[in-house]
Amino acid sequence: MMQETAFEQPASRGYLAEKGFRSWALTLDHKRIGVMYLCTTLLFFLVGGMLGLLIRLKLMYPGEQLLSNHAYNVIFTLHGAMMIFLFIIPGIPAGLGNFFIPLLIGARDVAFPRLNILSYWVFVSGILVILGTLVSPMDTGWTFYTPYSATTGAAVTALSFGLFLVGMASILTGLNFVVTIHKLRAPGMSWNRLPLFIWGMYATSIINVLATPVIGITFLLLACERLFGVAFFDPTKGGDPLLFQHFFWFYSHPVVYVMILPAMGVISEIIPVFSRKPIFGYWAIAYSSLAIAFIGFLVWGHHMFVSGMSTVAGVIFSFLTFFVAIPTGVKVFNWIATMYKGSISLDSPMLYALTFIFLFIIGGLTGPFLGALGTDVRLHDTYFLVAHFHYTMMGGTVMGLFAGLHYWFPKMTGRMLNEKLAKIAWFFIFIGFNVTFFTMFILGMEGMPRRWAQYPPRLQPLHIVSTVGSWILAVGVAVMFANFIRNIFKGDPAPANPWRGLTLEWRTPSPPDTENFEEIPVIKDWPYGYGKKTGAKND
Amino acid sequence: MLGFLRLNEVSHIAGRVDSVFIFITAVGLFFFLLTQGSLIYFALRYRRRKKEEEAETPYITGNFMLETVWVVIPSLLILAIFYYGYVVFMEIRTPPAGAAEIVVTARQWMYQFKYPDGRQEVNQVRVPVGKPVKFVMTSQDVLHGFYLPSFRVMQDILPGRYTYLWVQPMKEGTYDIFCTQYCGTGHSEMRAAMVVMAEKDYQAWLTGEKKAEAKPLAEQGEELVEKSGCLSCHTTDGKPKIGPTFKGLFGSTSHFTDGTSAVADENYIRNYILQPNVKVIKGFQPIMPTFKGILKDDDITAIIAYLKTLK
Repeated sequence: MMQETAFEQPASRGYLAEKGFRSWALTLDHKRIGVMYLCTTLLFFLVGGMLGLLIRLKLMYPGEQLLSNHAYNVIFTLHGAMMIFLFIIPGIPAGLGNFFIPLLIGARDVAFPRLNILSYWVFVSGILVILGTLVSPMDTGWTFYTPYSATTGAAVTALSFGLFLVGMASILTGLNFVVTIHKLRAPGMSWNRLPLFIWGMYATSIINVLATPVIGITFLLLACERLFGVAFFDPTKGGDPLLFQHFFWFYSHPVVYVMILPAMGVISEIIPVFSRKPIFGYWAIAYSSLAIAFIGFLVWGHHMFVSGMSTVAGVIFSFLTFFVAIPTGVKVFNWIATMYKGSISLDSPMLYALTFIFLFIIGGLTGPFLGALGTDVRLHDTYFLVAHFHYTMMGGTVMGLFAGLHYWFPKMTGRMLNEKLAKIAWFFIFIGFNVTFFTMFILGMEGMPRRWAQYPPRLQPLHIVSTVGSWILAVGVAVMFANFIRNIFKGDPAPANPWRGLTLEWRTPSPPDTENFEEIPVIKDWPYGYGKKTGAKND
Repeated sequence: MLGFLRLNEVSHIAGRVDSVFIFITAVGLFFFLLTQGSLIYFALRYRRRKKEEEAETPYITGNFMLETVWVVIPSLLILAIFYYGYVVFMEIRTPPAGAAEIVVTARQWMYQFKYPDGRQEVNQVRVPVGKPVKFVMTSQDVLHGFYLPSFRVMQDILPGRYTYLWVQPMKEGTYDIFCTQYCGTGHSEMRAAMVVMAEKDYQAWLTGEKKAEAKPLAEQGEELVEKSGCLSCHTTDGKPKIGPTFKGLFGSTSHFTDGTSAVADENYIRNYILQPNVKVIKGFQPIMPTFKGILKDDDITAIIAYLKTLK
């Protein structure tokens, strides 16, 4: 197999040893907090996913079959809001980030452990408020555009408060991570020896801290308009519906980089390990994370080309939008170059990492069609857009999450996953994903608008194909989760370093003890020295 | 079903949009083959065989030349894509002078089309082939969209202001109009049809049986101007009075006391009627009263149509 050392039994349950509800609910251990975030966000991934399956089921029929228009509209709103706010945004950062940032930088915990557990409970309280709004569920779409969201009878005000709390949690976590990365790096871990996952998380955390307040305030303004009639967005009283869109997208565009940068960080960790080669272009990848974060703040108007925004603004936003492709391309080229003349093993983490690259390239290459003014007028708010963001968010971020989960499962649980099952799941996920979502590019080009409960019957064959794809995807996800759940309890004991990685988490037992390291390590080299001729073995 | 691959001939602009699309596809395909090809090739070519000793790998940490190449070349290509998209967008946003105007009022969940001669149709609009037509659009409630898939253009419709979309259909036929901005329960049923007619059929319809309902929009506007008291302060013959003359006002440039200026288009006139004196025109006093609550949106649309006739 993979390791050269003797097969180790887990000596102890490490950070998982202490049992009881309070030991989890009031924990200060970043690893437990990370696990709780992962469980919560993955739960909403599954719920949101089932809503997605329901959407696809209804869309097999062009008329008002299976679900009423209103029920469908509520379901796609919940699908989007749940997936985005309760799964993708917190997913990798609060889950894998919490668990692994201190480990990767050689620290015992984050800078503010109490703030950390507080963030989790603020997140949960936001979720409870949001779930409470289901008594009067919204159908505004996850983007809540005014005037509809300001005037509809549904529980938009309560939802605004719930999302404010969820956003608050992101801000606190982001703050925690920025300070942690600056202040708690082990001796000898200079910035040029920082793992690229940390660079990615650093850029992500800066975006979280700077951008999230804007959406928080936007929700408060919306609540004010609904409760007190203060007309920020109501044109009959001198307000402007476009103002809402500007505020909304000023956050929601940077947030897509919050979604993708951690995933890219995971990929930057996995590719070198499974190619047994140093990462190609370390500084290019590190700086590209910062560049993406920066440029990401300048391009929000590309969601508004046909909104009524001025032509001049459209031209400027289109121009700036294209620049985000450059640092993104640098990462993709560098990952592929890392594989050149490597010794590549296609274990499940690597399989998912390669899938990330493959699907994200497709998602990324369909971006220019939307960023270019001349084609956006044809494709905006059609299924082409829906396909684009599912390729980048699911083909990208979610595959990155899956890759990270498979990579770090042994470290977090002390057990190995079943590789065969992992590969079977992967196969169904890959096929199912592409059948479901590639079809949507074609639907968009045929003129199918998004958020349509009913559609012209001539488009039905394509919709049926997409729905069948969603079933294949669901099978894959089910098998994958079965693999996770079974092996948390019954998996083979995992060695400390099953993949022979060079980053610091692999120097701890699987699972790690609560204090992470017996002694804080002193760092003498960067973590990508695979194949380096030092005379010493890589382990 | 493969119609989406055909270059569009329904209008000149649609063909232009498709050309940009094809250009982006070509560039994208190039990068797709390059990257995915390398990815798959490397994954297979350098795959670790199960039984063999792990191959030695070269210690390559980067290559400045390569990094430069794959920053510079994509930069040039994306600039080209941006530019091509921008050029076509400017064509889309510039209606030809003399385009016929049709007023579109959108509301949950229907489109009402008003022709210059006062006719109205719901969820259907008729236009003659070969001539440009400009839709002047506003909403009575929430945001809506106006998408003509065959013509490859769309524009959102907002309450409280006007947005525009123009097309020049070159082929007879009936074309879909879809609402693309989520607007509530009936959003996916909010559809209309644009019927492009041969010139003689169109003329027959124009001069044919006309329901004795609304007067031409401009005539309605003239009546409103008379009975709303506008003429106490404005003339229609070119002479300034207490306020500027209406003759030639539409499309002219107003110069304000704060040094700025603006072209008097539909949105300007609407805003000035509802919120006068926000900017004061040079040479006049800030004493125009507001007509908010007195004139409805439809009234203002009619008045604007009338002002357009006073050249």
